[in-house]
Amino acid sequence: MSLQVLAAGPMVTVQDAGRFGLRHMGVSSAGPIEPAAMALANALVGNDPGAAALEFAGPAGTFRSTRPLRFAVAGAGCRIRIDQRSLSPGESHRLLPGETLTIGSPEDAVWAYLAVSGGIAVEPVLGSRATHLRTGLGGIEGRALRAGDRLPLGKDAPETSCLRPARPLPGFAPPRDTGAIRLILGPQQDYFATADLDRLTGMDFIVTPQRDRMAMVLGGVTLTATRGHDIVSDGTVPGSVQVPGSGMPLVLLAESQTTGGYPKIGTIASVDLARLAQLPVGARFRFALITASEGEELWIAQQIRLRHLLGDLVVKPEGALSSDYLLSCDLVGGIYDPAEIVRPVLGHEPDR
Amino acid sequence: MTPILLPCGDSALTLQLGETVDAGSNARIIALARAVQAQVDSGALRGVIDIVPTYRSLLLRYDPEQIRGARLGEILLAMAAGPAPAQTVGRLWRVPCLYGGEVGQDIEELARMKGLAVEELIALHASVEYRAFMIGFAPGFVYLGGQPALLDTPRLPQPRQLIPRGAIGIGGQQGSISSVPGPSGWRFLGWTPVRSFDPGRAEPFLFRAGDRIRFYPVDAGTAQQLAARSAAGDSIILPEEVPA
Repeated sequence: MSLQVLAAGPMVTVQDAGRFGLRHMGVSSAGPIEPAAMALANALVGNDPGAAALEFAGPAGTFRSTRPLRFAVAGAGCRIRIDQRSLSPGESHRLLPGETLTIGSPEDAVWAYLAVSGGIAVEPVLGSRATHLRTGLGGIEGRALRAGDRLPLGKDAPETSCLRPARPLPGFAPPRDTGAIRLILGPQQDYFATADLDRLTGMDFIVTPQRDRMAMVLGGVTLTATRGHDIVSDGTVPGSVQVPGSGMPLVLLAESQTTGGYPKIGTIASVDLARLAQLPVGARFRFALITASEGEELWIAQQIRLRHLLGDLVVKPEGALSSDYLLSCDLVGGIYDPAEIVRPVLGHEPDR
Repeated sequence: MTPILLPCGDSALTLQLGETVDAGSNARIIALARAVQAQVDSGALRGVIDIVPTYRSLLLRYDPEQIRGARLGEILLAMAAGPAPAQTVGRLWRVPCLYGGEVGQDIEELARMKGLAVEELIALHASVEYRAFMIGFAPGFVYLGGQPALLDTPRLPQPRQLIPRGAIGIGGQQGSISSVPGPSGWRFLGWTPVRSFDPGRAEPFLFRAGDRIRFYPVDAGTAQQLAARSAAGDSIILPEEVPA
């Protein structure tokens, strides 16, 4: 039972919730850039939120399955086709053996997720299936997918229905906040002059093309550490904003190194890290300072909203026209083909 | 050395001891990390996800839904202010090193820079006991202190793209044993068949912070034999017993 990769985009990796408790051994978590979006994709196919799924930036590729499965794409608008049928992200669909699934690039974000029912059952490494590209751990041989890969599938309950959110989600992702990216100063803000701390919140930063799963480099404003750009190496976390000698801030992401020797002017609020990572190249944004305690409150509230969203999925009518739902959809942003809804897929029969 | 707390966002915090690197504060940090781990293991402390000791700092990652940073910071400061936890003597590892050769590509230049014969450089490098100050950057990557001052050498201006696993290097005042292949701006004087990281092994990580390490030279034939055992999943070396 496998998902066969007929063609793969340049940055498609197996991810699960990630590896935890190993940073003291130099192993960072990996896992999804936007955990909430991956959790939604998983929930739509009946998986646990942290089940192994595929993360992609750029086109995902072309796939076939050796058994019937349900799949869902979340995190971004995206062209999805089974053979010649167009399908919508943000809800689950069935894929049958012999059919060819093609998934394009995230259109209004950078990173998106393809979950399949039962999850991807590659062998865990150090307790996780997440791919860590820098160190070649997890996933398929620790690398991005390529044509010819066969991804083992986990156990599925084939009679399960396809699901969608009770209300359509803008961007086919759990709601993201808007406005400035929140930042908590420290641990080394005292390496920077007051004028630079003012510039941190008073000027536009720009997302540059230098970005991957480890980090993203910010442009628009350069910062100078008056006490020097070398510190005695200490611990880093996803969201750490390092300032190397170039003055261009470096925001660490899921595959960050665990320790670093550059001063860290601040840390992105947990609630906003994925939102920042989802901004396209060239996007301008500002930072706003909050306290650690405020960041915790925002995060806790977001987690509660996410659990409500994941617990509030509804069964998708199959083989029947659902005009109410169709009318409620934002058809401008999404690719939505009514034929998908009226086509009697499998009725309410179990998968063959 | 009054411990201070440094904010690291809304799901991590750092406790820092002083500004300098020395074995004493490093040992205190490692002992504190062990004490926090014991509280986590016993269930007395919930919500701590990662415990990361570095040179003179301890970083904790936490889940704000289980414990708030303000509370965790108080607990950590109280533990740091309390009686110093017993510091254990680190395990001693003797690490075989094939000096020079393809991987130890900088050995002759290093010797020239130091005004030493290559044999003298090797003898100097192998003459001291190093301390594993921390594991970080990459899986199982060990930062070594205690290097003879004459061996201190600045990093290369341009990093090399691919340094193999097992490379033994010098970066500034620090020593290293590469655990995974990758780019590096350090200088390299040798190679060890010992794998400090092997995810397929029952014990994936060989070294931990606080361990002691000594190098000893081996010839190419011995290194190859050890490498074959290493590839088969053997640990090759075991730490010397530390009296309790």
